[in-house]
Amino acid sequence: MKTCLVVDDSGVVRKIARRILEGMGFTVIEAEDGAVALEACKRAMPEAVLLDWNMPVMDGFEFLVQLRRLPGGDQPKVVFCTTENGIDHISRALHAGANEYIMKPFDKDIVIAKFQEVGLIALDAPTEA
Amino acid sequence: MTPPDFEYLRKLFKDHSGLDLSADKQYLIESRLLPLARKCGLAGIPDLVAKIRSGSSQHIVQAVEAMTTNETFFFRDKVPFDHFRDTIMPELLKARAARRAVRIWCAAGSTGQEPYSLAMYLKEMSAALVGWRVEIIATDLSQEVLEKSKAGIYSQFEVQRGLPIQMLVKYFKQSGEFWQINPELRAMVQHRQLNLLHDFSQLGSFDVVFCRNVLIYFDQDTKINVFNRLARLMDTDGFLVLGAAETVVGLTDTFKPVADRRGLYRPSGLRAAGAVTPRLAALAAGH
Repeated sequence: MKTCLVVDDSGVVRKIARRILEGMGFTVIEAEDGAVALEACKRAMPEAVLLDWNMPVMDGFEFLVQLRRLPGGDQPKVVFCTTENGIDHISRALHAGANEYIMKPFDKDIVIAKFQEVGLIALDAPTEA
Repeated sequence: MTPPDFEYLRKLFKDHSGLDLSADKQYLIESRLLPLARKCGLAGIPDLVAKIRSGSSQHIVQAVEAMTTNETFFFRDKVPFDHFRDTIMPELLKARAARRAVRIWCAAGSTGQEPYSLAMYLKEMSAALVGWRVEIIATDLSQEVLEKSKAGIYSQFEVQRGLPIQMLVKYFKQSGEFWQINPELRAMVQHRQLNLLHDFSQLGSFDVVFCRNVLIYFDQDTKINVFNRLARLMDTDGFLVLGAAETVVGLTDTFKPVADRRGLYRPSGLRAAGAVTPRLAALAAGH
């Protein structure tokens, strides 16, 4: 089973994301900021990271830069999931090595579409409702 | 809704758009027509049916449009677009090398996601298409839907369903909560209102026809009729793309499936006899 690390300082968002991702067959771990997420990645690299941008301690962008420098840190597919929906933020994220980008608000269909896009799930992957 | 009203509407939709609703689809009519009734300033569906029964063409047209599904997103189902990029266009680049022209028809173009997805892939292969004339004709039954397609403006939700983020950055301009596809891509798509039940030979001939998820609403005779008329617009080295749940197999010999390419068909060269069927000819004449 693939693991997805959900990084968001909102417990509500983490809970919604967990429900969607578990329905897609992922094992979910949670982190409330970039620093906690980075420690989790050092222990074990997840296959996927769903990543908020604005968080205390370490933001999502800084986490991504640090992650990509770690041994094996090029492996996880990183999908931003943020209210930062300007083209400048999107471009910066892609340049820093993000694989996809979700603009909040999001729903299950968007998460599935984006995870299919980066090859994390099959095109016809069955999901629970 | 009373049973006579339901029967009346079923027949109306069948005659006007080919939509073939089974007896258990009353909920679908109600869910689509109630918002329309409100929009028209009517109290509810009975009032709308009364307007329709009285022959108000304005209400009939809007009701038919409301019933035709327009759910679509960019690169919907992905596979047909991979076929387009990896099979259809490479073959046509060879087959049409002398003419240097390709004509593509999106027969249920809807709000534009399909024709613009094709336009984006054509842009990606523009180096191979220097000096070529590539036309995309998008048609739909609904004028309202075509207007949206022409404008090429999509909500944040719409651009996140199937559109890779790199393509969004490359081919769209952000305007507040909305995203508009670039003028250059908009100019690649021509829009026409068209009912597939009517004669469409005036559109000319095509090398590629995308006709996805529209014939599923038609009964068998109508499907066969549309396939046979499509075949007349195509050479045998052209391509027909159908939806994932659709096939010509068991319906007509005018197209044959392409091996190992799900949803992809080519004209067989066999032509079905006759023009449009009498029923359809009568319908078309009535409009």
